[in-house]
Amino acid sequence: MALIANLLIQGAQMLLVVAVAPLLVGLVRKVKARLTRRRGAPLIQPYRDLARLMRKDVVLAENASWLFRAVPYLVFAATWVAAALVPTFATGLHFSWTADLIAIVALLASARFFLALAGMDVGTSFGGIGSSREMMIASMAEPAMLLTVFAMALVAGSTQLSTVSQFVASPDVGLRVSLAMALVALIVVAIAENARIPVDNPATHLELTMVHEAMVLEYSGRHLAMIELAAALKLVLYLSLITCVFVPWGIAAGDAGALSYVTGLLIYLGKLTVGGVALAVFETSIAKMRVFRVPDFLGAALMLGLLGTLLLFVSRGL
Amino acid sequence: MPVELAAICSGVLMALAGAAILLRQHPRASVTVYAAATVPCGIATVIGLTGLLGSGVTTTTVLPVGLPWLGAHLRLDALASFFLTIVGLGGAVTSFYAIGYGRHEPEPGRVLPFYPGFLGAMMAVVLADDAFTFLLSWEVMSLLSWGLVLTHHRETETRHAAYVYLVMAAFGTMSLLLAFGLLAGGEGGYAFDAIRAGARSPATVTAILALMVLGAGSKAGLVPLHVWLPLAHPAAPSHVSALMSGVMTKVALYGFIRVVFDLLGPVEWWVSPAVIVLGAATAVLGILNALMESDIKKALAYSTVENIGVIFAALGLALAFRASAMPAAAALAFTAALFHAFNHMAFKSLLFMGAGAVLNATGARDLDALGGLIHRMPVTSFLVLVGVTAISALPPLNGFASEWLIFQSVLKSPELPQVSLQMLIPAAGGLLALAAALAAAAFVRIYGVAFLGRARSDAARQAVEVDRFSLAAMSALAALCVLAGIFPGAVIDAIAPAVSATLDARLPQQSDQPWLTLVPIAESRSTYNGMLVMLFIALSASASAWAVHRFASRRLRRAPAWDCGFPNADPVTQYGAGSFAQPLRRVLGTILLGSREEVVMPPPGELGAARHAVHARDLIWDGIYAPVTRAVGAAANRLNGLQFLTIRRYLGLVMFSLVGLLLVLTIWH
Repeated sequence: MALIANLLIQGAQMLLVVAVAPLLVGLVRKVKARLTRRRGAPLIQPYRDLARLMRKDVVLAENASWLFRAVPYLVFAATWVAAALVPTFATGLHFSWTADLIAIVALLASARFFLALAGMDVGTSFGGIGSSREMMIASMAEPAMLLTVFAMALVAGSTQLSTVSQFVASPDVGLRVSLAMALVALIVVAIAENARIPVDNPATHLELTMVHEAMVLEYSGRHLAMIELAAALKLVLYLSLITCVFVPWGIAAGDAGALSYVTGLLIYLGKLTVGGVALAVFETSIAKMRVFRVPDFLGAALMLGLLGTLLLFVSRGL
Repeated sequence: MPVELAAICSGVLMALAGAAILLRQHPRASVTVYAAATVPCGIATVIGLTGLLGSGVTTTTVLPVGLPWLGAHLRLDALASFFLTIVGLGGAVTSFYAIGYGRHEPEPGRVLPFYPGFLGAMMAVVLADDAFTFLLSWEVMSLLSWGLVLTHHRETETRHAAYVYLVMAAFGTMSLLLAFGLLAGGEGGYAFDAIRAGARSPATVTAILALMVLGAGSKAGLVPLHVWLPLAHPAAPSHVSALMSGVMTKVALYGFIRVVFDLLGPVEWWVSPAVIVLGAATAVLGILNALMESDIKKALAYSTVENIGVIFAALGLALAFRASAMPAAAALAFTAALFHAFNHMAFKSLLFMGAGAVLNATGARDLDALGGLIHRMPVTSFLVLVGVTAISALPPLNGFASEWLIFQSVLKSPELPQVSLQMLIPAAGGLLALAAALAAAAFVRIYGVAFLGRARSDAARQAVEVDRFSLAAMSALAALCVLAGIFPGAVIDAIAPAVSATLDARLPQQSDQPWLTLVPIAESRSTYNGMLVMLFIALSASASAWAVHRFASRRLRRAPAWDCGFPNADPVTQYGAGSFAQPLRRVLGTILLGSREEVVMPPPGELGAARHAVHARDLIWDGIYAPVTRAVGAAANRLNGLQFLTIRRYLGLVMFSLVGLLLVLTIWH
């Protein structure tokens, strides 16, 4: 019985993250539009966009290889597997032991690796510029992310997300300076990884300011739909990650009853809404920075992650 | 007895080297020699594996060769079995590759006699159980590989590389010689058993450790002793490069491990930070250089420097944990180091073979002369893709499994009693993470420029797939990368005897874990399951592809590339090796590599071409090697005058030196 329940929770969660991902993107766009005094597209517009892209022909560049056609599915799969391993509304995921936080970060790195290769495949200048800059940003963001993981793991004594989440939710943690630093660093990394302002602009059509969008410029039709869905999924993943580690309250424990699952789900959706609105407000209030300012931005995250870790030793038990 | 059998394998390879001298003019010589070399290497692999998986009994023997009062002591314990497996497996696959690849060699007579001897010498280093045999095999290994580096001796660059290699190899052996001298002590017990039993003062231990870092580190490619490696490894024919990078660096690691972890006895904790920092710095500098290099084989050689750095950092962690009596954590770090050494053998050999295939098909090593090979060489491209994914430490392949273990051992650092180590190790972990991320960037660049995009030269446009032997060898290594990635527990269990023989502790038996999950410490702490990750990715990728094709659209139409409406037919407009590296060169290269960009624009109104140049200085060469070279040159110039004296003056010189020496002796006593 417990096994079936766990499997059900795992399956429900996998479907939930995919189902809710376009809605979150729609929400961020809507809030941004309202903040700039536009009416904005309806919340479900991303679903319509995806459906439209799915129906359309794929227009493939003449010298695109098999890699170019396989990458959208690989990227989607790697992101989905990573997202399915982050607790959203319940911690007792059946397969949560498959990968810890370090492996989840690395799964996202795999997705990016293949997407960057696809950017190089057609042999255009835009694909190359996107891939090259994406890898530059990633090589700053990934160490910052891992140092944040170190800080969290040193506090909780584990890199298993469900253990970290339960530890932070327990009453004996209190406020920790290290965790606060790790939170700031993680938010900076999340902004960079999801190609949001000020690092990159998901809505840009000015070629030279694009990073992620330049990399996927040659994609069309169902391939583009898979990549957009994967990008939306990644945003959900990072928001779930931040909420499950830093605001774990309301997440249903592994053996809780049906009622706590329902409240957990509602609380999770509420957290996503708050996170989406906060992201939109942040993006509206800041200007995009030059590409060569991004390393400074991420360097700050790197330093915060390191300081958070070091502070743990200086201030044991503070 | 396994040790005799292994010694026979090594001896057969040496004999094969002799036979190759006689055979070298024969038209089928290279096929014969390489095919014959495959057999003893394969047998050595089996011996090594049975030593690890089977009995685990240490066997020793003494051969009546070498020094008359010493003989040649040989010993095959679990640690030696592990490295014998690496040498044997790497040697067997490379020899099989060379059956096909070696045919393209213009002067096989310059490779064939050295090649089997080089393999035999590497095996002998691993088997040696006394200082004399060890140093002799080490030196034979160095000299024969030097001969292999000189294969294309008509190129100036090759001669320069071989010269630098020879000087550095001599320097390394000298350090080892001094280290073993200190180890043996005044009584001169050169058998490893006698050395193990000896007692040493802390100052001696530190000196030996420093000498081992110099000696083994210079062979393995530790910064700043790495300068010869990116010159010499690429200069040799590609299958030899695969051996030098994939296998010989592991033999150097073996030397370090054998002395520091086994012969030396307990080491104080304060030496470990030096090893950790050196390793982490090597990793970052190595991969940053790989990222800037446009010669595909040089870039791979620099990536070897990075991986050696990662392994040394893990060994430093093991030293730190062992000194503080944390055997479980030490076993974790040590297992991670050995696992990564094995993985590096697999993927670096694969990548050098891939580079050899590219070189064969196009005649080009420069990334900017390649491109689009995925269309012309589909199988090679796929196999190299597996290699670059593995080396970039991406799940679910093997490179990630070992890096994951290293990060897990970094996370054990808070339990160390020393505050300085507690602070240093997470920072070093950050550097290792940076190196891993840069490695992904470096390999996207190498693969993207060489194999993807449009061809940048006619040679690349007309490339053809390589022969079946090469493809079979590369497939075997690619399969190894995948298998070690999805069943890391099996590899860890196989390594465990080598770990417990060295540290008296091991990781828990992984095959007992449900679903073949990797659980290095405890389930609540950290787990990773490569098999399930692979399975989930495969399932969700194929399910989503099936669903999209079934329920949405499956239509596809080919059209010219979009490129934002301005497609340019000239392949030069693609991103190349230099342009891909530009962002990271600006961010990190200006400080760490001293690189500088220069743009010369014509004045307004003139139609001349603008010029963009990148200048990079090797700070390590300029800072350390150039002054030493200058000093040696200046001293040689001064002493040159002594060659042209009259006989009278020579006699006077001899007389005065004699008197001087006698004076010194008198004052001394």
